[in-house]
Amino acid sequence: MRLREIAHARSGDKGRDAMVSIIPWKREHYPLLARVLTPERIKAHCSALVRGEVVRYDAPALGAFNVLLKDALGGGVTRTLMLDIHGKALSCLLLDMTIELPEAP
Amino acid sequence: MTTRPVRIGTGAAYSEDRIDPGVDMAARGDLDYLVFECLAERTLALAQVRRLRQGPGFDPWLEERFRQIVPLALARGARIVSNMGAADPAGAADRAASVLREQGLTGVRIAALEGDDLLARLDALDLVVAETGLPVRALPGRIVSANAHIGADGLVQALGLGAQVVLGGRVSDPALYLACLRHGHGWAADDWPRIGAGIGVGHLLECGALVTGGFYADPPHKVVPGLAAAGFPLAEVAPDGTAVITKLEGTGGLVTPDIVLEQILHEVHDPAAYITPDGVADFSAARVEAAGRDRVRVSGVTARPWPPELKVSVGVHEGFIGEGEISYAGSGAVDRARLAGEVVRQRLEMRKAELEELRVDLIGLDAVHGPATPAWAPAPYEVRLRVAGRARTEAAAAMVGDEVESLYVWGPVGGGGARKVVRPVVAVYSSLVPRERVETRLTWTES
Repeated sequence: MRLREIAHARSGDKGRDAMVSIIPWKREHYPLLARVLTPERIKAHCSALVRGEVVRYDAPALGAFNVLLKDALGGGVTRTLMLDIHGKALSCLLLDMTIELPEAP
Repeated sequence: MTTRPVRIGTGAAYSEDRIDPGVDMAARGDLDYLVFECLAERTLALAQVRRLRQGPGFDPWLEERFRQIVPLALARGARIVSNMGAADPAGAADRAASVLREQGLTGVRIAALEGDDLLARLDALDLVVAETGLPVRALPGRIVSANAHIGADGLVQALGLGAQVVLGGRVSDPALYLACLRHGHGWAADDWPRIGAGIGVGHLLECGALVTGGFYADPPHKVVPGLAAAGFPLAEVAPDGTAVITKLEGTGGLVTPDIVLEQILHEVHDPAAYITPDGVADFSAARVEAAGRDRVRVSGVTARPWPPELKVSVGVHEGFIGEGEISYAGSGAVDRARLAGEVVRQRLEMRKAELEELRVDLIGLDAVHGPATPAWAPAPYEVRLRVAGRARTEAAAAMVGDEVESLYVWGPVGGGGARKVVRPVVAVYSSLVPRERVETRLTWTES
């Protein structure tokens, strides 16, 4: 299934980097996402767009992740030739990632 | 100082933000403070460019806001804090005073906070560009702005001296709100739990509608009622820093814990280390809980001492971007648009257009997510060719749009709705400056 079925997300930008918060609707899905949403998998999903490294910050008390996508804006908001200069639509790209939910016991 | 909650509302969250929700907030917010946060990375550099051309260096919408919103807030006893001073806080204060006088409001004390502008001191400061590690003076292109991101101190001082309106330049976004809370509750600058709480409130309110349901709707999963009539947010902040984020009764939109969570992390790197000039906030252990309809209580944000250096944004005039667009529809639209893009590419080569970078997109197919677009994406009925190029000269940049427009007669069949534009590039780089090298000062005027 797609990530968007169990989580919501918001994009932001700072300089040349983009960041996407990923928040599971239900707290019980947090450990699962912590396992499957590895920086490597995220990077593989958007490597054609994100030139730099992917860093995931975990905030378990908030029940949220913050994903930093380095050098994802074609040189930064102020000089990029990309149509989406702020990377506003990156959250929707990540929410379309396919993840496996373990079968209910 | 007060033991009741301080009520602080948002009047604008970017330079060209909507006016009518600000009017509503000023009229019905029962506010102690109304804050307008109007600067983004590029906004200040563009303001400096306007000033260099003898135009106003302050926010272009300042007059409109002082005509329509500010008098309502002042009449109800609220104070105004803003960075609408942009590249010229003193000029902003003068203009604000005259607009208020035109409304019949006299005797309003206005403070301008200056000192963030480092442009004239760049040689002496010898700054290094964070992105390249090279000296600022080695940046290609003409430097048009250099501003330190300053904290709340100068604003707190102005409020303490009786300012009803404070206009700064590159004050850090959350500091505008933190300053009101420090003044209203008498918080010390190193009372870290409260400073953290104040930065948190500022961070949540400074993007305005992003915390009242804007940029959230995704039907049918995420539904926001009355999106077109959404209101600006306000916070009720207790003396201990606990805040309720809410909006005015009768406005559209939504304030929920899920929305507040999205906004807490918005444009933050490490949630445990959000760096601001007033302290390094830690959002990682925040408690975010529902406290009634459209009311969310936030507590548990804290902070550590501020870093020894301030961020500096350096704006550089780096040439021009030229763009052209044209649409194709019907069977074969994608193939025709691709051919059209190839024609433009070849023409620009034939004309020896000196472009630093050229980009060809098919809007409707993969212009937004590019090569990361998933394979399962369906084929579109219509697409829009977009060609963009960056050049040192305006003439070279203009060739991009001209070549797209000429597809009307020289391109594949059926191209329609061509548009072209050329705009200057003001790139923004960042640097750091030791705090003690930035001194702020207040100047006063009265309406």
